[in-house]
Amino acid sequence: MEVPILRQGQYLIASIQSALTDADLSHLREALIAQVGRSRCRGVIVDVTALDVMDSFAVRTLRDIAHMARLRGAETVIVGIQPDVAFAMVQLGLTLKGVATVLDLEEGLAFLTRRTEERTLEAKPKKPSGRG
Amino acid sequence: MGEELRLPIAADVDVVEARQQGRALAAVAGFSSGEQTVIAAAISEIARNILMYAKRGEVTLSLSQNGDRQGVVIIAVDQGPGIPDIERAMQYGYSTSHGVGAGLPGAKRLMDEFELKSVPGQGTTVIMKKWRRAI
Repeated sequence: MEVPILRQGQYLIASIQSALTDADLSHLREALIAQVGRSRCRGVIVDVTALDVMDSFAVRTLRDIAHMARLRGAETVIVGIQPDVAFAMVQLGLTLKGVATVLDLEEGLAFLTRRTEERTLEAKPKKPSGRG
Repeated sequence: MGEELRLPIAADVDVVEARQQGRALAAVAGFSSGEQTVIAAAISEIARNILMYAKRGEVTLSLSQNGDRQGVVIIAVDQGPGIPDIERAMQYGYSTSHGVGAGLPGAKRLMDEFELKSVPGQGTTVIMKKWRRAI
């Protein structure tokens, strides 16, 4: 089951539609990282609302996506982790340390907008302060 | 009690099938949706271990009754290379396959009972159970 990747402005949105096999997850990672470069994207949203379970492989793959995308200049945010999935992840001892997670797609877009604005500000040379 | 469901594990789609069947069985047994997810996650971990280390094997799912408690029993069997160092394999964060090292110890955390038998060169059997909390 291939995960559709949509482009919205500067962002890529991968919307997982159903349970994924390990191969599907690995494929999603490759596809996203390639497309970050191809579309010169600044942000990636992975919507996991439809995922029934997040086991160690799924968590590791999402972490890899976020870290690899960052190395390619794009921020990643995971959206839509369901309450039961969060419950099982915590019991399994799995964390998404270093990876941004927000409630849903709307929050995800807001998060990326904030982050890309911050990055743009950081990149600009500082204006002289005071009376100048 | 009841019939058992035998699921061959030989490809990654079988891992998904096993955890979905496990979730369905847990639902039949009256587990909450949170516990169903926990059971599905544990099945996912041990089924993937079969695939990764033994290439093929089998997961058997069944219901069980212990006094007035109902539960699910998951048995994972393979004839793979076996686990040379069980103690280390059960350490969280230890992996021989560049994994997270959460497979076996993670599944143990998720379940109420967990038993691992392995003979190098002959294979591995994991028996794990989850009991429904009394209402």
